[in-house]
Amino acid sequence: MKDFFKIANKKFNSRLIVGTGKYKNFSECAKAIKYSGAEIVTVAVRRVNIVDKKKPLLMDYIDPKKITYLPNTAGCFTSKDALRTLRLAREIGGWKLVKLEVLGDKKNLFPDMIETLRSTEILSKEGFKVMVYCSDDPLMAKRLEDSGAVAIMPLAAPIGSGLGIQNYTNIKIIRNQTKLPVIIDAGIGQASDAVIAMELGCDGVLINTAIAKAKKPFEMAQAMKFAVISGRKSFISGRISKILHGSASTTNKGII
Amino acid sequence: MKKTKKIKIILNGKSRSLQKMTSIYDLMRSLKLSTDKVAIELNKEIINKKTIKNLFLKDKDKIEIVHFIGGG
Repeated sequence: MKDFFKIANKKFNSRLIVGTGKYKNFSECAKAIKYSGAEIVTVAVRRVNIVDKKKPLLMDYIDPKKITYLPNTAGCFTSKDALRTLRLAREIGGWKLVKLEVLGDKKNLFPDMIETLRSTEILSKEGFKVMVYCSDDPLMAKRLEDSGAVAIMPLAAPIGSGLGIQNYTNIKIIRNQTKLPVIIDAGIGQASDAVIAMELGCDGVLINTAIAKAKKPFEMAQAMKFAVISGRKSFISGRISKILHGSASTTNKGII
Repeated sequence: MKKTKKIKIILNGKSRSLQKMTSIYDLMRSLKLSTDKVAIELNKEIINKKTIKNLFLKDKDKIEIVHFIGGG
């Protein structure tokens, strides 16, 4: 059975999106992406290094024709900055599928949902397909959907914390109330967290730190790949219902 | 005293002096930067990369040249 991951009418095979930050270098990052099987990677917009032009370029290591670049507004704390960043990203090469993240809190990196909502609305009107990093609040998720978001990306836990999914109930409610893809963004620490996200019914998972900062990033990239596949298959296979007592796996018929 | 033929611009946050009548295209060439992997902003307005041959920099212009880097 073909089980595509669809975002804004684009089909992907892999449900794992990976970030390209925090790696030792681009070559390690490119190799980790290969191991992860991800077809979408997040990237950031920053100033070109005018002084040191020999500095390697991300695009030389990760071919945007083969891997979908998802420009992200990491580090933006206002709607104004986020809009500026994504408009520049579009100018670099026509990217319309983007990830919006407007942070409101330097310590926990929680999203500022007021600024996020405002930005989603403006960007959608400008023709962007906006995937939105958000809190795990079902009401906010609904409002994002109404503002034109193409994917809802609630955090599992603070960015880079590795704490895993903190609020199963809210994630499930967010999943069940929307037709949009729900992608867990931020807070994944280990493969089992990714499995749980997928078993809750999420459509995908975005992981950066848990892979980039693992002792063995390539092994972890692979672990996350299998975790997402495994969790998804488990979810769509329809699990058994939970019962309190034992139920024998072998029939008593013909017992000697 | 002869009038200076130089202008000062702010390029990616740093002051830089240029000859008068330098176009953004000239600047990109002198920086050995190709336009296809970057976006350019002039005084906070994104500019169409096709027009840079005719866009001449003025004194105190602020120009930002950005590209993609690794990020989460």
